[in-house]
Amino acid sequence: MEKRQFRDYTISLYHQGFLDDQFTELKKLQDECSPDFVAEVVSLFFEDCEKLISNMARALDQTGNVDYKLVGSSVHQLKGSSSSVGAKRVKGLCVTLKECCDSQNYEGCVRCLQQVDIEYKSLKGKLQDLFNLEQQIVQAGGRIPQVDI
Amino acid sequence: MAARDGGVSCLRRTEMIGIGIGELESPPSDSDQVHVLAVDDSLVDRIVIERLLRITSCKVTAVDSGWRALQFLGLDDDKASVEFDRLKVDLIITDYCMPGMTGYELLKKIKESTSFREVPVVIMSSENVMTRIDRCLEEGAEDFLLKPVKLADVKRLRSYLTRDVKVSADGNKRKLVEDLSNFSSPVTTSPPPLSTSTSMESSESTRPSSPVGFISSSPESSTSPVDSPIRRREMKSLGLD
Repeated sequence: MEKRQFRDYTISLYHQGFLDDQFTELKKLQDECSPDFVAEVVSLFFEDCEKLISNMARALDQTGNVDYKLVGSSVHQLKGSSSSVGAKRVKGLCVTLKECCDSQNYEGCVRCLQQVDIEYKSLKGKLQDLFNLEQQIVQAGGRIPQVDI
Repeated sequence: MAARDGGVSCLRRTEMIGIGIGELESPPSDSDQVHVLAVDDSLVDRIVIERLLRITSCKVTAVDSGWRALQFLGLDDDKASVEFDRLKVDLIITDYCMPGMTGYELLKKIKESTSFREVPVVIMSSENVMTRIDRCLEEGAEDFLLKPVKLADVKRLRSYLTRDVKVSADGNKRKLVEDLSNFSSPVTTSPPPLSTSTSMESSESTRPSSPVGFISSSPESSTSPVDSPIRRREMKSLGLD
């Protein structure tokens, strides 16, 4: 049944470190008047990811003339928004990326950025699955269960 | 450019909408409602802070830069902003790290203005840097929130704001803000004992109307001698100045 699936899936996302308690905080802000609040915010976050990662990739492409300031400010922004939505793994990778950037470790930056890219896409897929489960519950006339982590 | 009456704030809001800045509140219907100006260059953070504030019954104007904030407040030129008497802003909450004008620079400009220097300004930052926090508090910031901002943080702000508005004549309010600029113990919003903040939330009803001074630790106050918000107390007791 969808409710159990939803509950289990949610718990696993937290336990595997994809999400942290800031995601829980966002859920608190969702109600009947703003039923899609979380989905909207994370969707903006993923747009942010795409844009910022692309900026950083472009900067890193200028081999020999990498604008590390740009990379640094982009990763700072990404770290901020990932923190605000509870995207724990993405945030962690941003921290690592920032360190590579600060020490102008080119190889490290490239590797890290790839990981950030993979990670945000993975999270995007998982949250999509989660929202789909929610939809199924709602469409079946049920209420989305409160999940205590 | 602007009508010299209450309509001016509506005009500016329209301007804001025209250039696609964040979400804006509807025209004021209840002048008692707390109106917060939120400043953050991150769209995600702006959406979140706006929602946090609305859920605690605040009216919100959200802008994406210090310059926009000054524009909204009518502080973007050097004219005396007499016509902005009726623009009611009860709290300004701003991110620290922003391109162009930082939250600190915005704070300074607000505190330098005659019209808005008494409005409490709260700084948000993702980085818990003591020197940064001290600097902001010394410049007159009311409080410093560590990102990511949580509902408990906003409720805490809200509770002292309401009390401020209810209890004070303008005189008291002036005193509160002025005095708090002397306060230098840093505050953060990521308390290790998370339960503390929520329990404080329910039991802590007021902030002192006079300060916890820089040197002294006991506020002289005609209201209840509740210490300043929990995190300040924690910081003090840990000696983390």
